[in-house]
Amino acid sequence: TRSDRSSGTRVSDTELRYVFIVCVSTAKDVTYICPFIGPVRGSLTVTNYRLFFRCTDREPVFGLDLPLGVLSRVEKIGAATSRGDVSYGLVCKDMRNLRFVHKEPEDSLKKSVFEVLMKFAFPVSNNMSLFAFEYKQVFPENGWRVYDPLAEYKRQGLAKESWRITKVNDHYELCDSYPAALVVPVTITDEELRRVSSFRAKGRIPVLSWIHPESQAAVVRASQPMVGQNGRRCKEDEKLLQAIMDANAQSHKMFIFDARPSVNAAANKMKGGGYESEDAYQNAELVFLDIHNIHVMRESLRKLKEVVYPKIEDSHWLSNLESTHWLEHIKLILAGALRIADKVESGKTSVVVHCSDGWDRTPQLTSLALIMLDSHYRTIRGFQILLEKEWLSFGHRFQQRVGHGDKNHTDADRSPIFLQFIDCVWQMTRQFPAAFEFNEYFLITILDQLYSCLFGTFLCNSEQQRLKEEVPKHTVSLWSFVNSQLEEFVNPLYVHYPSHVLFPTVGIRHLQLWVTYYIRWNPRMRPQEPVHQCYKELLAKRAELQKRVEELQREAANRTASSSSERAGSPTRSITPVQTYV
Amino acid sequence: MLSLGSVGAKSTKPSFVSYVTPEEIKLEKEPPKIEKHPDLLPGEVEFCCANPILKYTQDDLSQRGIFGTLFCTNFRVTFISDEKSQEETTKTFKNKLYGENDIPLMCVDHIYGVYDEKKKLITGGLVKNKYPSKMIIHCKDLRVFQFCLTFTKEEDAKKIFQGIAHHCLEEKSLKCVFAFSYSGTPSPGTELSSCREMQRKRETILFDSPEDWTQEMKRTRANCRLVTENENFELSQRYIIRHFTANISSIKCYYYLNYKVHIWCWSHHSGCALFKASLPPVTQEDGDFQKHLDIMINAVAHNYLYSAKTEDLSESLPTIQDIQQSYNKFKQFFLIENSTDFWLSDVKWFSSLESSGWLDIIRQCLQKAVEVVECLEKDNTNVLITEEEGTDLCCVISSLVQIMLDPYYRTLMGFQSLVQKEWVAGCHAFLDRCNHLHQKDKECHSPIFLLFLECVWQLVQQHSPAFQFSETYLTVLSDSVDVPVFSTFLFNSAHHRESVMKAESPLAQSSPLSCPTVWDWSVQFDSKAQNFFFNPLYSEKVKHEKAVRKAHKPKHQRQLSLPSTAFKPPSKKGFFKDETDSLKKMLRVKRLSRWMGSPDSPAATTRGFYESWQQRPLDYHGLLLPCLDGPAVRVWMQRYLRWIPEVHIMGGGSVAVMTKLMELLSQVQDLKCVLEQRDSSQAVKLDHRPYIQHRLLSFGSSGRLSSSFPFAYSRNRSFKPIIPTGLMQSLMVSDSLASQEDEASSFVSLV
Repeated sequence: TRSDRSSGTRVSDTELRYVFIVCVSTAKDVTYICPFIGPVRGSLTVTNYRLFFRCTDREPVFGLDLPLGVLSRVEKIGAATSRGDVSYGLVCKDMRNLRFVHKEPEDSLKKSVFEVLMKFAFPVSNNMSLFAFEYKQVFPENGWRVYDPLAEYKRQGLAKESWRITKVNDHYELCDSYPAALVVPVTITDEELRRVSSFRAKGRIPVLSWIHPESQAAVVRASQPMVGQNGRRCKEDEKLLQAIMDANAQSHKMFIFDARPSVNAAANKMKGGGYESEDAYQNAELVFLDIHNIHVMRESLRKLKEVVYPKIEDSHWLSNLESTHWLEHIKLILAGALRIADKVESGKTSVVVHCSDGWDRTPQLTSLALIMLDSHYRTIRGFQILLEKEWLSFGHRFQQRVGHGDKNHTDADRSPIFLQFIDCVWQMTRQFPAAFEFNEYFLITILDQLYSCLFGTFLCNSEQQRLKEEVPKHTVSLWSFVNSQLEEFVNPLYVHYPSHVLFPTVGIRHLQLWVTYYIRWNPRMRPQEPVHQCYKELLAKRAELQKRVEELQREAANRTASSSSERAGSPTRSITPVQTYV
Repeated sequence: MLSLGSVGAKSTKPSFVSYVTPEEIKLEKEPPKIEKHPDLLPGEVEFCCANPILKYTQDDLSQRGIFGTLFCTNFRVTFISDEKSQEETTKTFKNKLYGENDIPLMCVDHIYGVYDEKKKLITGGLVKNKYPSKMIIHCKDLRVFQFCLTFTKEEDAKKIFQGIAHHCLEEKSLKCVFAFSYSGTPSPGTELSSCREMQRKRETILFDSPEDWTQEMKRTRANCRLVTENENFELSQRYIIRHFTANISSIKCYYYLNYKVHIWCWSHHSGCALFKASLPPVTQEDGDFQKHLDIMINAVAHNYLYSAKTEDLSESLPTIQDIQQSYNKFKQFFLIENSTDFWLSDVKWFSSLESSGWLDIIRQCLQKAVEVVECLEKDNTNVLITEEEGTDLCCVISSLVQIMLDPYYRTLMGFQSLVQKEWVAGCHAFLDRCNHLHQKDKECHSPIFLLFLECVWQLVQQHSPAFQFSETYLTVLSDSVDVPVFSTFLFNSAHHRESVMKAESPLAQSSPLSCPTVWDWSVQFDSKAQNFFFNPLYSEKVKHEKAVRKAHKPKHQRQLSLPSTAFKPPSKKGFFKDETDSLKKMLRVKRLSRWMGSPDSPAATTRGFYESWQQRPLDYHGLLLPCLDGPAVRVWMQRYLRWIPEVHIMGGGSVAVMTKLMELLSQVQDLKCVLEQRDSSQAVKLDHRPYIQHRLLSFGSSGRLSSSFPFAYSRNRSFKPIIPTGLMQSLMVSDSLASQEDEASSFVSLV
């Protein structure tokens, strides 16, 4: 697969070959039970980073090559059979399951396949460090420098007279899951912010995420207010929201988007949380966006996997797909982001977005709204900044949600929140095929590297943790890798319209299942030649012709200059006709 | 791409739509009567009109609209706004015959009346006395019109309602179809007709002359003979094949089967061929039937040593009634009257789609076609497909097979010729199937041709660079079926056509009457608009390459791939007479055993065929197979969603890709021009391919176009997102997960 091609070869020189190798003579001993082409015999190799399976007696050569990070579960299936076969099932985070069978080992070496897998696939559970800390590849660019919060806020055109960058969280004392640099209204003091932090869940106070360059309408993110059953109020919090509204002269109203279904928001009052009452926050209108929690999403993805892997039931495909509710969740998230973007863009109103803790649904909504509103985030580097900012610095709990290197696959904290966000982005790229600088492969690469644990980017739960673990110092950033081969990720059709706002259509009729991600392991669903290849060829053709014209022009210029009749050996004329009906 | 809101909001374009609610208008004085009349086509006659009529705009929930006059003519129902819209003229993709407020009478699918808030389907009986306050017209091209009749005088309202209902719903005779009035008018310059004839020859092959068939047989190197005995339709009365081609021996056979004959469709380069035939249901004389079948198969297989396979499509594919029912269900999902309906139906979208079964029928047809392709391509057997009439699913399957196998049919002209060959000359009963005459007998209506276009669309969608035509072309073609101007889709057979035309001819001078064929696209679109029919990404075949390929293939393969592995020739020396005889006997056994009997096996066998094809490098000028797995068969979004404002992607959709592509292509072309000029100045002749004229379009500012381009124009809608209503109505997650807390309190720290 593509991800293996890119990361795999680079790794091999640095990865420690702490290996289990099925000895050469036993190459035929391992059988991979492929759900598509049936049993395949070959050799299995496990390193501390990945798993290879090679089968050479088959045409075309069949192989598997995956980072151990994608494994969420390794288990023995059934007891040893009468023939002495041992069977392993590997459940992967990237929508596939693998199954290997081999003979019951006669010596202790062979026994270790399972153990080696258990050890290296789940280093965290074994008190070892993730492979990202061993990986020492050097890239021309340092991806850890992609995001500089101050430069980003400057780019947005933060008005100094209404907003300031506070250092109150410099040492993560105010909120340990927030970044060090926070933007708040100038009228609010750090002391007031501290009071606000005690009123917001996990201390995640309302801070600026994005500001409209013209209307100054702001997108502000937060966690739920700790209203509780008694309807607690916080003067400073009310003042802060008023100040946010006042910072935008265009509107005397503001919207608070609570991502949750109203029932859930109300239920949170029992646990001390809740939502802003319209009495306490005058001029603010509260809207519930009806997006479900991480558990519902996890269950939905589990069902989706059942429906797409390995076999697709053709005649019930659509109703099966519907029963997973996956696209319905996507629709709700996109619809929520659309409403936010609409209020900011069309209504010129500032908005506050929160869910319960403000680190799952909130970044989904804010980052999608930002992609709709700001074309910068639709470029490759801009998208990296968006992820670094809305997801990583604001503490989306990647470690918990993905469970890097952790064998506890039933952990209720795992949830495909980030995958869901990338899916939403993909839906937008489908609807606006020329509005994004990056291509589908870019999105897939991000998801593959999210699980691979090759890069440090998605490790830990917060900025503070990453600093504590010295992740930037000891690991390589995914953006180092990406930005060193940008041409792989460029959408050939990209047109840069700096001020265009995208309003996607959120009807289910226009949403599609992301087949090239979720069903990519099914060889039948793999396109032989993706259409974007055509576009690429076209671009190459143009470049070639441009070069040729320039050459000829130079040649002509030289000739006239020297006015000699002699001609240097002209370059071979090998222009093939453009194979395009124009 | 949208322009930023600041731009969108500032756009102070004068609004030509009067956004007055019905309540408001009552307060106002009677609007000044403006006499407006539609621009009539030659031969078009106005029947009745009424004013003022309010036409609701679909754009939003509030029942607002435009006032104007409603007309009914012998061609269409048309609405003319009181305020003249300028947009109409600026359209780049304008149909010359009917505009966005015109509904050709044939295109009317159903009319509903709203009586006291109750929506009722209008049938003959309801028309009599009462007229509804609101009339809703569903069109076959999936447009929905809503007219309010309460503002006009009672008698006018009654008249227009009855007029429209009468002309759209009542059974009528073929002669009343507008095409006969339209073509009756003298066309400018009759001497041009011969010239046009010439032009036509170069383009779409109509298959209405022996030469066309001979040409086609030559092209495919078919080893068949043209039978001319049926030139005057004497041999067979019901099933009319004007010129049919068949194996030599079959001449005899069709005397036995005097009603049905099999007809050659296409020959594979290996020499085997595809035939289709009508097959009567098994009757009392079973022996006779068996004999006939035997003769047919013999005739098909005789030429070569190949076995022949027969496939009775009526056994394995849905009936035309099933197809009709399924489509009726399916189309309902797109005939949306307001956005509440839209969002309500959005929730159950996938399961509704599935319950209609339409996509599954498409899959089955493509699947069957792949099976036939496998026989021709892999097993090199002759294939005879049969069906009771031999003019419905036979046409679908045979055309699909040819598109998959023969790149010629993936060009625009090739495709049109294919439709002529298999459908028009192949006697598909367009008149009955499309129900152009509103006959009450529902049994024979069925959207078979549309089903074929749907299948082609799936192929285009999956392998777009292989097709010269675009999906817009297919959409327009599907609409044109219901435009009563063209002769192409107006008759049940060539014989039918001939006899009707002859009967009509005394009316129009002496020469037989001729209405334009649908392939004369200039009747509907100017040349600029016709550019939308072409796929800019079509990869044209490089000429010399083709020559090389052709030289290689034909003869050697024939022997290598002889019957199939089970019947491998016994010796290496080739075939001599006695050997072949015994082989033939063996083959007979296989022939007669029905092929692929059990219903579940074909999918499994073709699966392997598809997979091995898929592993080969893709050649857009070679065999093309569709992927038929669940997610791969899709809804033809352009055709079905183009009129629904809720799903228009402002500034997005495929237009965005097209714009960029056009730009790139024109740059490439300009560069090539520069190069060529340089080269010719250096007296070097390089590439002799003539430049095809700029088929490039400029869409203007693509930022303002929506995904429904070039069909519906969302007008006057500022860049407002469409926010769904009633989101939560059915996403009720029933299990306990929904109410769980997000955070389990455990905290996993990184080691």
